Amino acid sequence: MATKFTAKPDELSKIDHKPPKKGWMDTPAEFKEHTFCWGAKGKNLNIVDFPNARDWSPAEEDWKLPENWQEIVLEGIKDRLGKYRSFKLFMDICVRCGACADKCHFFIGGGDPKNMPVLRAEILRSIYRKYFTASGKMLGKIAGARELTLDVLKELWYYYYQCTECRRCSVFCPYGIDQAEITMMGRELTNLLGLNTDWISGPVANCYMKGNHLGLEPHTITSSVEFFLDDIETITGIRIKPTFNRKGAEILFVTPSGDLFADPGTYTAMGYLMLFHELGLDYTWSTYASEGGNFGFFTSNEMAKRLNAKIYAEAKRLGVKWIIGGECGHMWRVINQYMDTWNGPADFLEEPVSPITGTKFENAKSTKMVHIAEFTADLIKNGKLKLDPARNDRLKVTWHDSCNTARGMGILDEPRYVLRNVCNHFYEMPEDTIREKTFCCGSGTGLNASENMELRMRGGFPRANAVKYVRDNYGVNMLANICAIDRATLNALMEYWAPDVSVCGLHELVGNALVMTGEKERTQDLRLEPLHGKEAEE
Amino acid sequence: MKLNSLLADKKASILEKWFDVIIESYPPDTSNFLKNQSNRFANPAGSAISQGIENIFDELLRGLNQGNTLQFLDNIVRIRAVQDFTPSQALSFIFPLKRIIREELTVEIAGSQLSDEILALESKIDDLALSAFDIYMKCREKIYEIKANEVKSMTFRLLQMANLINTEGHESDFKGNDKLKIKRGEVKK
Repeated sequence: MATKFTAKPDELSKIDHKPPKKGWMDTPAEFKEHTFCWGAKGKNLNIVDFPNARDWSPAEEDWKLPENWQEIVLEGIKDRLGKYRSFKLFMDICVRCGACADKCHFFIGGGDPKNMPVLRAEILRSIYRKYFTASGKMLGKIAGARELTLDVLKELWYYYYQCTECRRCSVFCPYGIDQAEITMMGRELTNLLGLNTDWISGPVANCYMKGNHLGLEPHTITSSVEFFLDDIETITGIRIKPTFNRKGAEILFVTPSGDLFADPGTYTAMGYLMLFHELGLDYTWSTYASEGGNFGFFTSNEMAKRLNAKIYAEAKRLGVKWIIGGECGHMWRVINQYMDTWNGPADFLEEPVSPITGTKFENAKSTKMVHIAEFTADLIKNGKLKLDPARNDRLKVTWHDSCNTARGMGILDEPRYVLRNVCNHFYEMPEDTIREKTFCCGSGTGLNASENMELRMRGGFPRANAVKYVRDNYGVNMLANICAIDRATLNALMEYWAPDVSVCGLHELVGNALVMTGEKERTQDLRLEPLHGKEAEE
Repeated sequence: MKLNSLLADKKASILEKWFDVIIESYPPDTSNFLKNQSNRFANPAGSAISQGIENIFDELLRGLNQGNTLQFLDNIVRIRAVQDFTPSQALSFIFPLKRIIREELTVEIAGSQLSDEILALESKIDDLALSAFDIYMKCREKIYEIKANEVKSMTFRLLQMANLINTEGHESDFKGNDKLKIKRGEVKK
């Protein structure tokens, strides 16, 4: 690994000439409490026909593996090398220049060298070399190859569930090696052995059975929205009447189910409802395709495809013309990088055209699905919204680029454009921590469980450190974003590293600023807290 | 106060050695990074440690302002409280300062009447360690509190929607998590 370290004279005298006790290959992973997620439950794996379904625990010595587990993993690697050229390439081309080494938030925050992306990849590469390259077969360890032992499998599992597939390292790799894709392959291999986590397999099973990760059934979804409508009425005096599963609507709206259930996502959902009402948009919610996110994406390509299929299927059933997606990070990446080849072409839909501005969303010509940040930015650009940004004046806002929206065919400027129009105090975090170089929340790819909280705090530290900087220098008190996982996890991160900073979705701020036709004078924001300057009247 | 001026003279080399000792508690690949990456956003841990020990050292010379010292200690301890350290390892960074100071001032100490002052300084360093222990515990407790709050917020919403919860009665339980919106149940009525 490249190093810039130069020893000083007094350090040279302290050099220990004994070789290190053990190299990384011979140091097995130590499973430390609070750093890993609980194992999957067999019943959840059975629901989606995943192989080797059983209850298991990473903390226990015995993982209850099938007898031929090595054969399964090696066959799995062979199969994937044949299917994905990128995987083969990424196994072969790394020159270990070290450019990625210090770019991973888990390494920066935690300090475990096996979280350097290059080393994380080497865990899998060492197996690849041993069984799939001539040099590895003959030279073994000298060629960076090693046997697939139980310790190696456990190491692979431990570190591949400490990667959020955020792709920050790939931005710095001169070859463009995408560690996210390597992690995906690694996770697929563990999945073949039933070694999934509870936090991922539960939502996958829920989504497969009920249409969303949280397992919300239709009546729960509608009653959740009813709650929001009550609050909106309290705030604006306007009673909104959205429709569900309405055939013939022009647009199907799909958002992460977190927006319906967990604060502060719920305030974001209120923002969507208010915006669509004000526009008089001909749209419908679905209680079946009720999930924008896709936890299948964290298990296998096939599972992601199966879960994703419901969006087009529902669009077809309802006969809509096109689809708007809510604020979701990996939904954005899935739509733009995978959906079309998985489940497209959606030739029964029409190329999205905003009914309000007439703008054609040419970037969505093929997928027929537009992100709400694009939709709203276009509305503002065309002067279609009456906005009072002063209503957000008690907030000093900074913007967190979510990994998927920043580094998965980036949507970087649209949300910023919206933000600048709906609030008066917006401060960017330092340059190397935003846009394509943004730091992960530390809880993506299904790592947003509670049992691994220590890991989450480490991984999120570089992000929180930049937030802390704008908090201390500009008094920032709100961290805005367009990702449901961010909204669910950044609160915890802020509570530990930067108290006094809250978290919100973009459309919560839109909802606050939106001047609606026939509304009463607003005294409260969407959190039912007094609006800036209205405190005295409360 | 002769000791203080000696310490002020030796500040740079004391801090360098102190920093090195702390960095050595990390694996070699990590310590190279922590030591050599100077950008505070690319290397928040290394930067917090180097800035933190300098601030703490200055406070020691000035006489330990309680509020400042706690904040400077917090900046380091909060990081080590979530890294791969046992509690004793996490806080071990404080004690080597005593040894480093004695090593740096070997000649000066031998030739003068500094033992009282040295003893007083070392007691202050011991106090630092005790304060660091308090901070460490607060950090760990915070993590457990955050975990508990996450679970509570998930179940709270379900119970609230099913009208199985009297929000007012439970307010104190959820006080720690101001993100919970207690008022929504009232709106429903």
